[in-house]
Parts: sequence; structure tokens; C-alpha cells
Amino acid sequence: MANIWVVVQTRAEGIHPMALETLVAGQALAAELGGSASAVVLGDGVMDRSGELSSWELSAVHVIEHEALAAYTPGAYIGALSAAIGSEAPDYVLFPHTYQSVEYVPRLAYSVNGAMVPEATAFRVEEGAVIWRRPAYGGKLQADVRASGSPVLVSVQSGAYSASDRREGNAPVAALAVSTEIIADREILGVEEVAGEHVDLSAAERVVSAGRGVGGEDKMGVIHDLAAALGAVVGASRPVIDSGWLPRDCQIGSSGQTVSPELYVAAGISGAIQHLVGMKGSQVVVAINKDRSAPIFGVANYGIVGDLHEVIPALIEAIEEAKAG
Amino acid sequence: MKIAVCIKQVPDTEARLRVRSDGLGVDEEDLPFVINESDGYALEEALMIAEKTGGDVVVFSLGSERVREALRKALALGATRAVHLDDVAFAGGDAMATARALAAAIDGEEFDLVLTGSQSDDAGYGSTGSIVAGHLGWPHAWLVMGVEVEDGESSARVTREMESGVNEVLRLALPAVIEVQAGINQPRYASLKGIMQAKRKEIAGKSASDLGLSENEVGAAGSRLETLAVFFPESGETAEIFEGDPAESARRLVEKLQKEARVL
Ligand SMILES: Cc1cc2nc3c(=O)[nH]c(=O)nc-3n(C[C@H](O)[C@H](O)[C@H](O)COP(=O)(O)OP(=O)(O)OC[C@H]3O[C@@H](n4cnc5c(N)ncnc54)[C@H](O)[C@@H]3O)c2cc1C
Repeated sequence: MANIWVVVQTRAEGIHPMALETLVAGQALAAELGGSASAVVLGDGVMDRSGELSSWELSAVHVIEHEALAAYTPGAYIGALSAAIGSEAPDYVLFPHTYQSVEYVPRLAYSVNGAMVPEATAFRVEEGAVIWRRPAYGGKLQADVRASGSPVLVSVQSGAYSASDRREGNAPVAALAVSTEIIADREILGVEEVAGEHVDLSAAERVVSAGRGVGGEDKMGVIHDLAAALGAVVGASRPVIDSGWLPRDCQIGSSGQTVSPELYVAAGISGAIQHLVGMKGSQVVVAINKDRSAPIFGVANYGIVGDLHEVIPALIEAIEEAKAG
Repeated sequence: MKIAVCIKQVPDTEARLRVRSDGLGVDEEDLPFVINESDGYALEEALMIAEKTGGDVVVFSLGSERVREALRKALALGATRAVHLDDVAFAGGDAMATARALAAAIDGEEFDLVLTGSQSDDAGYGSTGSIVAGHLGWPHAWLVMGVEVEDGESSARVTREMESGVNEVLRLALPAVIEVQAGINQPRYASLKGIMQAKRKEIAGKSASDLGLSENEVGAAGSRLETLAVFFPESGETAEIFEGDPAESARRLVEKLQKEARVL
């Protein structure tokens, strides 16, 4: 009987949406392995918030309350969770693959002498062994991996499971005492807005987005020209911003802006998950990429395979003709 | 300050990948290799901190003979010397095994700071730096977009990226491990002088036994993850794709956007 834990990340507004997806992954794993799933919530004064989980099919909602857990720090989270994992010995511990988890979970795996599976998007069970699927090479490839030993710590990627697939039930909520000193290992000084986040792309109806494939700041002209022809605003993937070809406000993705236009044109963008989360609400997606196997074609409605420096001028011409005719 | 930087050599993100015939990895023959993107930013940050505070940058990399190119490049950019974790026993390791070896090599000297990239462009575990921190027992921060060593050099003010365009500012006691995110700075180019000087700089090779590690603690034997298969995603794709002549593709796309999608 497998004992599965899901560590539920909370934030000021409540439970992190990716944590709900991860709970569904935990329920699915429990069903598949024949076992039980429970939730673990950490914090200070989070008992109330945990009540929300009592309508889920879970064997328990464990609440670890401690004043040192009021704000997240890796030291405190690792201290509390490694003590809890040490005393309760779960076989699998699932986490949402958030920026917070990526920071502390691998180190937690080290401290509980466990295995770490980062960024799982699916699993299957073969002869009692769980095989996890995860992306590699920025999503260009997929890998199937198997972890040995116990516990196995897994971070579950956004969008892999849907919170609406949850099984309902009646879970008891109870405090879980941890018998260790919990120590924060960083001083939090504050939060700041990223400079230049003032161009709001979220309301744009058409977006033309440039990727690293454009090839240089001096070659960005085609992107601006296409945007002008379409009456679109210009966005970009992260490497374009990091290289200084466009200002930071133009970045679309998990660490940039979220857009939901009618038309999204991705030119020279491979389609890494961190980019996709920023544009998946687009109605019609057009991808222009010279690599037929680029993952962006998996989310596009239309695609042109080719060199964007040849395709875009032709596209502008075709748009002008269509407008005229 | 004495700063260690861990760099990984990975296939260029522009390279056309082929899956190896055994299906367990990519075919490395003729593949162009470069320093992992975020590691390059980590190296630049280390060089800038060392210039400001006075000190040395020592680069570490684990891998085959080929990674010496990446180390040589780091030396040309300004690192003082390099350590190559060079042993067939290191091959095929996951983040746990790789971090164990790197931490053992770093622990042999007294560093004030360890900088790594936040994620590799190949395996993408995003884990190695924080596990190194675990081994060393130092505080760490991931996805760092700013580092300022504070007066007295006993702490650093660190800016860390969070989701959706917000940064968190925190203070870490030194020594610490800092995992740098791409975009933190503008990496420099190697000068001709730097390239010439790099030829005389030391690259020390270290085997598992040099680091006091047994062969089953490192590489595939010391790993908790086993890769069973690597493959291109099944194209459950929805896209209607045009290939061939750009003008013809463009014309057909515009027609679709007008008549079918009705967005033009
Ligand atoms: C924590 C974290 C947060 C991140 N946040 C973001 C984010 O908010 N937004 C974001 O975008 N990324 C983000 N990233 C980076 C992300 O993982 C990818 O590295 C990035 O999205 C890749 O950008 P790209 O597609 O432009 O470049 P690449 O992956 O290098 O792809 C370039 C593409 O261009 C194609 N190409 C090349 N030349 C041509 C040509 N002449 N014509 C046509 N096609 C061509 C290539 O085939 C390739 O598919 C983040 C990463 C991390 C670790």
C-alpha cells in the first residue's frame, strides 16, 4: 500500500492553483498503486485554509503550523518536511512544479536521502514500478525515467492534471507535530516590481512574438514590420529580452506577461513550457519555425515551416494583397 | 572573495537533435556543444564580483574530455583556474550524483560563494546547485536576478525572480550557493589576450578517488533516476502546416486566417 503525500503550496490569495492539480495527480497515483493520498499544508495560521481540502478524497489533511513557517524559506521548509517525512515515511511526496518548489525540493530530497523527479507531466505503472514522463531539451524531447528507493519526491508540471478531475470525499484535517527546531536560513527584505513592467500586453488583440530564432537585434525589423501589417503589438520569448533585443516589458511567459489575444504569431520560438504558459489563452496561434519538430507546432493552429526571414516578408506581402483585394 | 562556478557543457539549443539508436539519449556525434546558457551568466556574475571585491574565480565542470573546451573558454573570459571532474565513473549521473561529485571537489577548498546556473538546457533538472548547497550545509537561492555582496563580505543581498514579473529581495549569510537565472547581466566576450592567457592557465583533472568518493556513489551507479527512453513528443498536434515555397505557404496561411479562423 503506497502512502502518497501532496505538499500544498499556499499564497496570500489562498491555495496555489498548481497545488490543486498536483492533488489530482496524487489521487491518480494512489488509485493506480492501491494506496492513499494525503495533503500536507505548511505555514502559520493555515488551519482555516486547509479546511477547504476536507471535501477532497484524501486520507488526511496534515497541517504543520509553526511561526517560522509564516514566510517561505528553504531552511524552514526543509527542516519541517524532512522531520515529517522521517517520522511518517511516505513513499511518494508530490509538489507543484512552482518556482518555490524547484528551489527547495531537490535539497529536501537530498536531506531525506530520497530520489528527485523534477517536472513530471505524466506517470504510468509497469510491474509495480512507476515510470515518470518529463520534458528534456526545453521540451524538444520527452524522457521516461524510473526512480529507485524511497521516498520519491516528484514535482508536477502545470497543466499535466486538471483540478476539475478531483475525486470528492471527506478528509479529516489534523495538526501534524514536528519534533525539530525549524530555522529560517534567509532574511526576507521585501518584494519589488520588475523595472519596466508598464506596457500592458494583456489586453492586446494581436501579438507578434519574436524568439531567439530571429537571430539578432539587427534582424528584428521583420518582426516590427509584420506587427505593423497586422496592427499587432510586439512580444518576445525570454532569450530575446535577455539579449537586449527588446525591453523587459515585452517578455511573455511564466516570468513575464500573460496574453490572450485573438491572434498570436510565434516566430522563431521553440515552445518551451515557460513560454507557453504565457500565451496558451490565445485564440488562434500561428507558428513560424524552421524546425518541423519544434514543440510550438504542438500548440499552434497553423504553422509555416521555414526560415522566418523568408517567410515573414512573403507573409506581409500576402497580408497587403488580402487587404487590398 | 574566492568564488567557485559550476558550468555544464550542453548541446547548442539551436542544434538539430537526433535520438541515439539505443533510445536512451541523444546522438552526440557532430553535435555543437556550448556552455549552458544560465551557467554563462553565473560565470559573468562571478567575474564581476571578483573584480569588485578582489579575488579569484575557479570553474568546475564534470564530463568527458570534451568539456575542457568549455573550461578553456571560461579561463579565456577571466577565470583564474579550472577543475575538470574527469572520470568515466562520473558518466550518466543524475543531479544527486553530479552534485555529490561537485560538492566534494568544492569542499576541498575554502570558497566564500558558489555560483551555478539555475537550470541546464539539456536534462533541465534545475536541481544540481541546491543539492550542492545541501552537501555543503550552506544557504542557497534559486533563480537569482541580482547579487550584491554586502560590507564585511559576510552576507549578500540577493534578488530572486518569482512568477509573473515580481522579484523577492533577501539576505543570505555567506558562504552560500547562488543559482543564477539568465538575463542577470550581459556576459562579456573573450578577448584575444584572454584567449592567449588561458593557454597558460591550469586545468586540474580530478577522479572519483581523488575526491574520496567510491565509484558507486557517482555517475549512473550513484544515481536515483534511471532514464528508460528518450523520444520526440508524439505529434498530437492540431496545427495545419504549410511547407515548401514561402510565398505559397504565406498565401495559403493568409487565406486560412481570413476565411477559416476569421482573424484577419
Ligand atoms: C524559471 C524559468 C523561467 C522562464 N521564464 C520564461 C518566460 O517567461 N518566457 C519565455 O519565453 N521563456 C522563459 N524561460 C526560458 C524558456 O525555458 C526557454 O529557454 C525559452 O522560452 C526559449 O526561447 P526561444 O523559443 O525563443 O529560443 P529557443 O528555444 O532557442 O528556440 C529558437 C527557435 O527558433 C527556431 N529558429 C532558428 N532560426 C530560425 C529561422 N531563421 N527561422 C525560423 N525559425 C528559426 C529554432 O528552430 C528554434 O525552435 C524561463 C526559463 C526558466 C528556467
